[in-house]
Order: sequence, then structure tokens, then C-alpha cells
Amino acid sequence: MTSPPPALELDGIRKEYYGNVVLQGVDLTLAKGEIHALLGENGAGKSTLMNILFGMPVIAETGGFDGEVRLAGAPVAFGSPEEAMAGGIGMVHQEFMLIPGFTVAENIKLNREPLRPTKVFKPFGNALRRLDEGVMHADARASLDRIHLDLSSHVLISALPVGHMQFIEIAREVDKSAIKVLVFDEPTAVLTEGEAETLLGIMRELAEQGIAILFITHRLEEVMRVADSVTILRDGQRVWSGPKQETSVEHIAETMVGRDLESDEVPVLAARDEKPQTTILEVRDLAVAMPGESVRGLDLDIRRGEIFGLGGLAGQGKIGVANGLMGLYPTTGSVKVNGAELRLNQPRESLNAGMSFVSEDRRGVGLILDESIEMNIAIPAVEVKSKFLRGPRSGWLKSFGWFDGTAARRHAESMIERLDIRTMGPSQAVGRLSGGNQQKVCLARAMVLDPDILLVSEPTRGIDVGAKKLVLDLLVELNREHGLTVIMTSSELMELRSVCDRIAIVTEGKVAGILPPDAPDVKFGLLMSGEAV
Amino acid sequence: MSESKSPIVEKIREGVIGFGMARWIIVAFLFIIWIVAALWTDENLGKMFGDCLVRTGMNGVLVLALLLPVRAGNGLNFGLPLGIVCGLIGGIIGMEFAAEEPFGIFATSEFLSRGWSGFIFAHVVALPLAALCGLALGWLVERVRGQEMMVGIYVGFGAIAGMCVIWLVIPVKSQELVLPIGGHGVRQTVLIDDYYTRILDHWPRSAEEGASAPEALLHRVFDFGTMEPVEAGNAKPRTRAEARSWVPHRKYTGFFVPVGVLLYWLGMCGLLALFLRTRIGVAMTAAGSNPDFARSIGIHVPRMRIASMVASTMLGAVGILVYSQSYGFYQLYKAPLWMAFPTVAALLLGGASLKKASVFHVIIGTLLFQSLLTTSLPVVNTLVKDSAYASSLSNLPEIARLIIQNGVILYALSRVTGGRK
Repeated sequence: MTSPPPALELDGIRKEYYGNVVLQGVDLTLAKGEIHALLGENGAGKSTLMNILFGMPVIAETGGFDGEVRLAGAPVAFGSPEEAMAGGIGMVHQEFMLIPGFTVAENIKLNREPLRPTKVFKPFGNALRRLDEGVMHADARASLDRIHLDLSSHVLISALPVGHMQFIEIAREVDKSAIKVLVFDEPTAVLTEGEAETLLGIMRELAEQGIAILFITHRLEEVMRVADSVTILRDGQRVWSGPKQETSVEHIAETMVGRDLESDEVPVLAARDEKPQTTILEVRDLAVAMPGESVRGLDLDIRRGEIFGLGGLAGQGKIGVANGLMGLYPTTGSVKVNGAELRLNQPRESLNAGMSFVSEDRRGVGLILDESIEMNIAIPAVEVKSKFLRGPRSGWLKSFGWFDGTAARRHAESMIERLDIRTMGPSQAVGRLSGGNQQKVCLARAMVLDPDILLVSEPTRGIDVGAKKLVLDLLVELNREHGLTVIMTSSELMELRSVCDRIAIVTEGKVAGILPPDAPDVKFGLLMSGEAV
Repeated sequence: MSESKSPIVEKIREGVIGFGMARWIIVAFLFIIWIVAALWTDENLGKMFGDCLVRTGMNGVLVLALLLPVRAGNGLNFGLPLGIVCGLIGGIIGMEFAAEEPFGIFATSEFLSRGWSGFIFAHVVALPLAALCGLALGWLVERVRGQEMMVGIYVGFGAIAGMCVIWLVIPVKSQELVLPIGGHGVRQTVLIDDYYTRILDHWPRSAEEGASAPEALLHRVFDFGTMEPVEAGNAKPRTRAEARSWVPHRKYTGFFVPVGVLLYWLGMCGLLALFLRTRIGVAMTAAGSNPDFARSIGIHVPRMRIASMVASTMLGAVGILVYSQSYGFYQLYKAPLWMAFPTVAALLLGGASLKKASVFHVIIGTLLFQSLLTTSLPVVNTLVKDSAYASSLSNLPEIARLIIQNGVILYALSRVTGGRK
């Protein structure tokens, strides 16, 4: 007797974006009625894998992929998400894809509404047939019952609490009769503990009804509770796969984070002898309302002259810390710089307090793309420090000092030389530079303010290896030789571990723990997953 | 290909490309019109070129008024009529002082109403008013971030409509201002002949016109031609006898350079160029180029945007005073309704976009757009005068103007890319 083919098979999936390999031969097998957890750090390749599974246009536009997707044994090649859905794959999104002004039933049945003919518009065919409201609500009712949601199908989505919306999403997917595989993308991220509990229960039940579930999450404890098997991706490779019984939270954490020694791009720096002790920045109960990266009551003490790392998974709030300190997003709490209280939500105050920021949003916040290199470096200096100005420098007339183009150009030329910015000259528009060179301009623009504290967010994102090393070396040089305190935020844990004195892992808007760079992988992994060390 | 080129050739090549295809086409078109005018019409070319300069100087300040809002990220200030109305109010209030009982209370003051002092007093009244209105306009467009231009259009229209009522009820006493029927309210068209007509255009005057010695000296320096209307030369010769006495160069004798108005405008352009290099000017440009960037270095972006609207409205007020002294009339009521559109078109024609504009764009744009209007109109009219379709074609230049003006605006609007990047 042959066993039935698995619900979903991914065989040797390989994908590169412009020569950059993001998935290198990933295999995954999902049996009928199985809950399979797909784990990995940001950038490990989870999203790309899901894009391939759903036939997202971005995949075809960037040259397609290698490997094979098989659904119930039959090879499939979806050209669009619609085809994937018709083929029986559903997805419960992290961000809700619901229309607030529609009722529960209307959202569940959207674009799949049962129709009945009308006499008036009969000649116009299907598009003008009437919705069959009765059947719609009955179907919606059945789906809601199936996930034990005691809720009228007539309620407007906008009237529902956030937690319920996730369940409506599930009801919508369950309502599709042909559904075979259901992907849950971080479904518990926005839910309260009780709601998360219910959701996990529903997942179990759906699995028992024969639906294969692919569960993407970073909460390892949930994985241990509901998953049957686990696949861990790291740097586009499947590094571990097997039944849940063969693994543990510690093992998963370590496998997710750990690197082979030879893949290290930056060697770990030798530890310093003197330990800096005075506190330069004291952060208490910091809350930053940065969409998607909100900070919720974070405490930190940064010591003078250290390189402090902020790590953690995407969406957990590490990015929000620097943005909040610089006054770029609504912020509450207490921040003391050198013992003096900082007025929050005022970028100018933060700059005057000696902080300077290299934004993670290089092209949005960091640079004026149409402007020249020299102007990008000079403008902040002109505004904050009244540098590069001729004429009156103080008093009310100081705003009318003339811009000294020659001095700005000289400075830009010296920075181009020092940071090895590859350019045709200081008057070239920064939008024309490569990512790495743009990042160097961002650093130059932060350094021109002569800061005491340099906040650097994602300094090596999207830049090549050579530029990466240069940027990190520069940070270390500034720190060691000029005594600059550096707060570096990065999604690349290895990078933090190679240059930082201490690393805080931010999880759910709070510091989950602070570790030395040489702490074992498993500890970092556990902190990222919100587990205590 | 390019390795053998010398740096000078390279510079010229860059300059030619930088000037932009659209502008080269217009320059070429202008030359065609001038050649046509020289060969086939009796138009006085000298006067025509002079008119181009007059029209350029006349409209220049209004176009300049659009510069700062674009730099600060507010887009094209279609609310310009608000500033224009302020300028008109200044002008009318100044003129009223020549009446026996200005507004029924004050003593007559020729000083405040006529000549240079009158022209300056009009500025003095108009500018604070424009500053206040600009503040209100700036505050309003800040409220409707992303819809600045549409709201600007409505503010302009609304201001004009509101002023229509106010003009009707202003208790002016001056016989030159008051509506002949009814005895109160201001006329539709106010002649400024005896006040300061062409006071800028005609500066510096000659000694015969009563100028002081230094001004007369300047007049001789800048004396490029006469202001006297020159008869349109002899008609094109049809017989041999006529050809012998034909003096083609008579067609070029009406040339006149409105030195004063051009200096006034270019001086203001220079000041604005300088302002853009100050700390505030740089901050304003940064706020417009990338508001997030500006905010991250502590620039108060809304304040910059409002300041740009204040400056724009004030320049709009000055602009209409300059325009009117050249035109010879104050046109009230609905006249300023559409004034923002040709102004905007001139700036765009100069190579500006909704996000980028420079003083260079202002100068080139005004010169090209106004020259196009000034020369194409009479030339085309003369050309089609004798044709069988004369009556239907006589509107051609006006139609062409509307197509160019609105086409340029439409083109610029269609090229807006939403959001940042």
C-alpha cells in the first residue's frame, strides 16, 4: 500500500535576486494534517519562499526560481496569488487584509460571493448578478462555527477588537472549500495571550480536519506546543529539519543564530583593557510610537566610550529606539544625556545634546537624493552647527549668513578621500551613488556635526562586503581614537558581535537582555524569541 | 567617443543639454516667427523686441513669486491671486490719497499717491497686508498637506470673489477711482496715467523729460532706442520705383529697453538667489527636497513652508504693482482671476518642475514665454489677415497661448511622482 503524497512539497528551491542568492536549494515537505513550523531570522529566506509558493509577481519579474513545487504530488507553477488560492493554498496575513466598512460575512466571502441571477441585468451576464445574502451569511456562519468564533456575521469589521480580526482572516481561508495548505505568517504577533491560546487551538483543530499548516513564527514556545515538525532556515539554506520531538527551544535558538566560523565576514575585535564606566546616556521607560517598530517601556544605560549594540528581530522595536532618541517619532519617557534631561520629540534638542544619527532609511531620511554629495554633508552642518557660513554667525542675523560653497566643497573632498567614497566628484548627486557609497555619505553627514554619541541604524544593510568592512572599521576607529560613543542598531547579529562591547536584544519593545559579544549563540536566540536566559 | 573632447567643448555640450529640449524648441520657434515677421509682414521688429523685454519685466516679479514655494515643497503657488489682490489694495489706497478727502477723513497727500513716493507707498501698504495673507495661506496649505496646489487655486478664486464685494463697498472719494454710477465703490479699470504709469519702464528718463543730472546720464548710457512709436516702415515694395525708396531698416527703429523694470526684477532675482544661499534659504530648500531629512537635522519644516508662502504672497503683491505700472491700469474685480496660470506656465517653461526651481528657471521662463506671446500674436494676425479664413483664424494666437499655457501646466502635473523617492 502506497501512502498518499504529501500535501505540499518544495524541492530544491533556489532563488537569486540580481546575483544575490537568497535561497540555495531549500526542501520542505508538508504532510496532510501536519503543522510544520518554518523558522529563521530576518533575511533567512522565509518571505522569499512564501512569495514563490504564492506565485507573487515579484519572483517572475526578477527572473523566476529553480526547483519544483508539488501540491498533492502534482507539480504546479502558480503565476499569481489568485492561481495559488484557486489551487488550494491559503494565507493568514500578519497585517489584516480586511475591509473595515464591510461586515464579517462580506469580508469572508469577498470576491467569491454566491450569486443569483436578476431579471433586470440579465443581458449583462455574471458581473451584474445579485449577491445571495442568505447563502453568504450561512456560509460565513459555518466557517465561524468551524473555528468556534461566536460572532454574528452581520457585524462590521471596524467594530471588532484587533484580536478578532485575525480570526476573521482564518475564517475566510477556511471558507474556501478547496483549501489544502494554510500558511500562518506570525499570526500571534498582535494577539493577547488568551487570544493566542485560542488561535493555537484552532490550528490544531484545522490540522485534525486534514489541512496542512505551515506556521511561521518567532515564538519558539508556541512551536514546541503545536508544531509536529520543524524546518529552520539560515541564510537561504535549510540548516535543520525534523520532527519536534528531536529538538528543543535551546537547539532551535542556537541553530537559527549560529554561524559557521568560516562564514564570518568580520573578525571579532580584541576586547579592550579599560572598562568605561561613566554613564553617558540614561534611558528610562522609553516608548516610541514608530509604526511597525514601536518601543514599549525600554530602559537602557549607555556607558561613555563604548560601542553598544541593539539587536533583535524585525518589528520588535530595536529600530524605534534610535528614532525615538532623535525625536523623529512621538516619544515618551525619560532620557538623560550626561545627566541632563533631554527634551523629547525635538530633533534639534537631541542634535544639540551631541547626538547624531545615521538613519536606517538611507534614501528616505538619510539623504537628499537629488542633491550633491557636498550639499548632503554641508546642509546638516549649516543648520545645526552654523558651519560653512560666511558673514554674521551670531545674533538674529545668523540665519542670514551666506553659505560658503568653497569650504563645504573642501570638506566634502576630504571626506570623500577619508571614507573612500567612489564618486565622480563632490558635486555628483547622491542618488547616483551605490548603496555603500551612499552609506558613507550618511556617515560623513553624521560626523560633520562632531557628535559625542553616534547612533547608527542598520549601517551595512544593502551594501557590498568591502563597504561593509570599511563602515564597521570606521565606527571602531571613531570609537577607539576619538572616544565617540556608538549605539549601533543592526539586524545582523554577527556584525554586532564583531564590533560591540555589549549587545542588548530588543524583543516586544523592551530590552530582553544584555549580553557580551562572546555569549553563546543559544542565549541570543532565546532572547530574540522572548525566552528568559 | 568623448575622450577626445576638450573640457570647453564638454562644458558647452553640458550647457546645451542642460538648457533642455523644450527650451531649444521654443527658441527655434521664436526665431522662425522673427524671420517670418521680418520677411513677410510689416511688423516693426525693433518695437517687437522692445515689447518682449517690457512684457518680460512686467511679468517677471510675478513669476519670481512662485520660486520659494516650489523650493520649500509647497508646489506651484496657485494662490498667487491672493498676493495680487493685496498689491491692488495697496495701489488703490495710495491713489485715494490724491483725492480731496481721502476716505472722507485724511488730508490730501500728493506725496503718498503720485510719482516715485506714490509707487513706494503702494508697496508700503501692500506688503504688510500680503505678509498677513501669506501667513494665513501658509497655515491653510499646511493643513491640507498634499493638496497645496488645488487648495491654492480655490483660495485664489475665493479671494478674488471676496474682493469683488469689497471693491464695491470701499468708500473711495477720488474721482478717478469711484464708480461713476452710484458714487461709491471702485471702478473696474483704474487709469494710473497721472500717478506712476511706466515709472519703472521709463527709468532712467532723459533730461528733457525732467530727469536729474545723474539719471539723465544713466539715460544716455542705456539709450538703446526711442520710445516714440515709429511708423511701420514702408510697405514691402511692389514696383521697381518703390523698391528704390524702400528702407528696410526702418522696421527696426522702435527698439526700447525698459531698463528700470528689468533692473528692478533682476535685482530681486539676485536677492532671492542670495537668500537661497543663506542658512534659512538652505533650510527651506532642504525642507522641500526631503522633509524627513530636514526634520532629522532639526529644521522646522512647517515653519519653512509657511515662510515660503509669506514670501510668495508678498512678491505677488509687488509683482502686480510692477505689472500695473507698465500696463497703465489697475484692473480690479475679476481681472486677476486667471493670473496665476500664465505665471505658472512661464516658470515651468523655464525648466522648473513641481519640486525643483531656480532663479535661472524664472528668468529664462519669463523671457521665453512672454516673448512667445508678444511676438506670435501680431505676426500670426498679420499673416492670416488677408486669408479667406481670417475671421476664424484671428483667434489662433490666443488659442495657441491657451494650449501652450495649459499644456505646460498639465505636462508638469502629470510628471509628479507620488510620495517620496
